[in-house]
Amino acid sequence: MNILVLAEINDGELAEDQTSKTVSAASTLGKVDVLCASNKCADASKKLAKMENIENVLVLEDDLFTHSLAESYSDTLLDTIRLYSHIFAPSSSFGKNVLPRIGGILDVMVVSDISKVISEDTFERPVYAGNAIQTVQSIDKIKLISVRTSNFDAVPLNGTANIKNLDYKCSNNLTTFIENKIQASDRPELTSAKVVVSGGRGVGSKENFEIIEGLADKLGAAVGASRAAVDSGFAPNDWQVGQTGKVVAPDLYVAVGISGAIQHLAGMKDSKVIVAINKDEEAPIFQVADFGLVDDLFKVVPEIEKKI
Amino acid sequence: MKILVPVKRVLDYNVKARVKADGSGIDLANVKMSMNPFDEIALEEAIRIKEKGNAEEIIAVSIGVQQNQETLRTALAMGADRAILVVATDDVQNDIEPLTVANILAAICSKEKPSLILCGKQAIDNDFNATAQMLAAKLQWSQATFASEIEVKKDMIRVTREVDGGLQTIDAKIPVVVSVDLRLNEPRYASLPNIMKAKRKPLEEISPADLAVEMTQRLKVIKTKEPNSREAGLILENIDQLVEKIQENVGG
Ligand SMILES: Cc1cc2nc3c(=O)[nH]c(=O)nc-3n(C[C@H](O)[C@H](O)[C@H](O)COP(=O)(O)OP(=O)(O)OC[C@H]3O[C@@H](n4cnc5c(N)ncnc54)[C@H](O)[C@@H]3O)c2cc1C
Repeated sequence: MNILVLAEINDGELAEDQTSKTVSAASTLGKVDVLCASNKCADASKKLAKMENIENVLVLEDDLFTHSLAESYSDTLLDTIRLYSHIFAPSSSFGKNVLPRIGGILDVMVVSDISKVISEDTFERPVYAGNAIQTVQSIDKIKLISVRTSNFDAVPLNGTANIKNLDYKCSNNLTTFIENKIQASDRPELTSAKVVVSGGRGVGSKENFEIIEGLADKLGAAVGASRAAVDSGFAPNDWQVGQTGKVVAPDLYVAVGISGAIQHLAGMKDSKVIVAINKDEEAPIFQVADFGLVDDLFKVVPEIEKKI
Repeated sequence: MKILVPVKRVLDYNVKARVKADGSGIDLANVKMSMNPFDEIALEEAIRIKEKGNAEEIIAVSIGVQQNQETLRTALAMGADRAILVVATDDVQNDIEPLTVANILAAICSKEKPSLILCGKQAIDNDFNATAQMLAAKLQWSQATFASEIEVKKDMIRVTREVDGGLQTIDAKIPVVVSVDLRLNEPRYASLPNIMKAKRKPLEEISPADLAVEMTQRLKVIKTKEPNSREAGLILENIDQLVEKIQENVGG
């Protein structure tokens, strides 16, 4: 068994939490190598070398990987990837984009979004928006696995991995990067935050969403949203929590004006403690909430903010 | 330009999935089945591209059981021009893996030669999020996943993608496989006259063998179980109690 983890690096910046938790999932099977492919690798490779359970950090510095376009994972790089028995990546928009493409090239089925490693060929993964958990066994020679990082802890930072440079020329003449519209924020990252405050359609408007953000900032929390809130333009798309948004499992999840549709629950029901504020006592969110308050959010939220 | 849209028949998104008592899977007997919501969005986009004069023909493809015919009739009623049904199993419990689906679609593409394939980004049953990417790899085409905006240009399309940090725009050379996200559009309902018209549109039925595609299953489902359930908790009386609970659990 030899294991490779694809590190997520955006324009030189390592996605530390996602990558570390992926290393953690992979290293339940043994020591791992990590592929550090980016336009700027110095900083990312140093951080990776400190993560426990990594043997080699394979550095591939090339502008082609600035935005990790899937087509760039090509040519001789694939010959290296093929040498591994297991390839792990985070189940982020990066991993979901790249890993199945590699699967198509290698003729290997990808095991998406695993929540548990049972053995070297057997994994658990949620299906039907988390309404069932399937145990699947892969008979492929190479296992391609994307990891639901909210189910794993980060690895400690006392490692001393070797850094090795790869000298490959990869190519991509199919897609071209044009631009990113990415909001910089001082708030914690949604998928790794200890506390998340989310707003739904009940919040009513983009302006009103400021009361959600105000409470979040008071609590040092990340801000989330339901699909309805995003679709209505109250919140940006990258705040969406759920089956098709982000999966979070913070210590505390505060759902405000969210009804609790299955697709939303899929993204937050592994949170340690769930608090719900909704004026409808029948709202399904109360069936999963540890603590609920049936009241008008416009009255409650500003008052909580004041009292904390 | 010809557009191909694969559509999957899945448990309706409003129906709660029930795990079978013997742990063999989700019970799909006598439940409402519908077109995968993401595939509806893909089809809607294809129709809009055609309405703008940027495509001549839309072919809907479904792979699965005989009953997928209904899903294809819905696609035809929405606006697809013709349909191909690949009867790959006679057991609705038998989910066809994305890798096999990609192989079947690739074989169809070598015959139909579409320039654009619009897929849903994931099926809401197995939640794999893989078919479009695998198909693009098999065809050695460009891929544009999680699209929330599509603009067809001359030799390429410009796609805005929903990514973890926000939005990313890329240009992808045609031919291309696109997987669509929720915010791309709102699918139309088929009108009654169109439902009637759809009955006369061509629907071809073939088998994987006709395409020389081998049906393999790389992932064996060992068992299916219920997730850990959460119990409903406490309904609090007032804001002060709520503040107390929040404070107990912040950084605790
Ligand atoms: C394929 C597919 C994928 C999906 N993926 C996702 C996903 O990833 N994430 C997601 O969230 N959804 C997803 N959805 C949508 C999901 O089904 C629901 O439509 C959505 O979650 C509803 O959002 P909501 O709870 O904000 O809105 P609603 O269901 O409209 O609920 C609003 C709630 O606010 C309450 N409210 C209103 N005013 C007040 C007030 N003044 N004070 C207190 N409470 C108030 C109401 O009582 C109500 O419970 C998906 C749907 C489909 C079909």
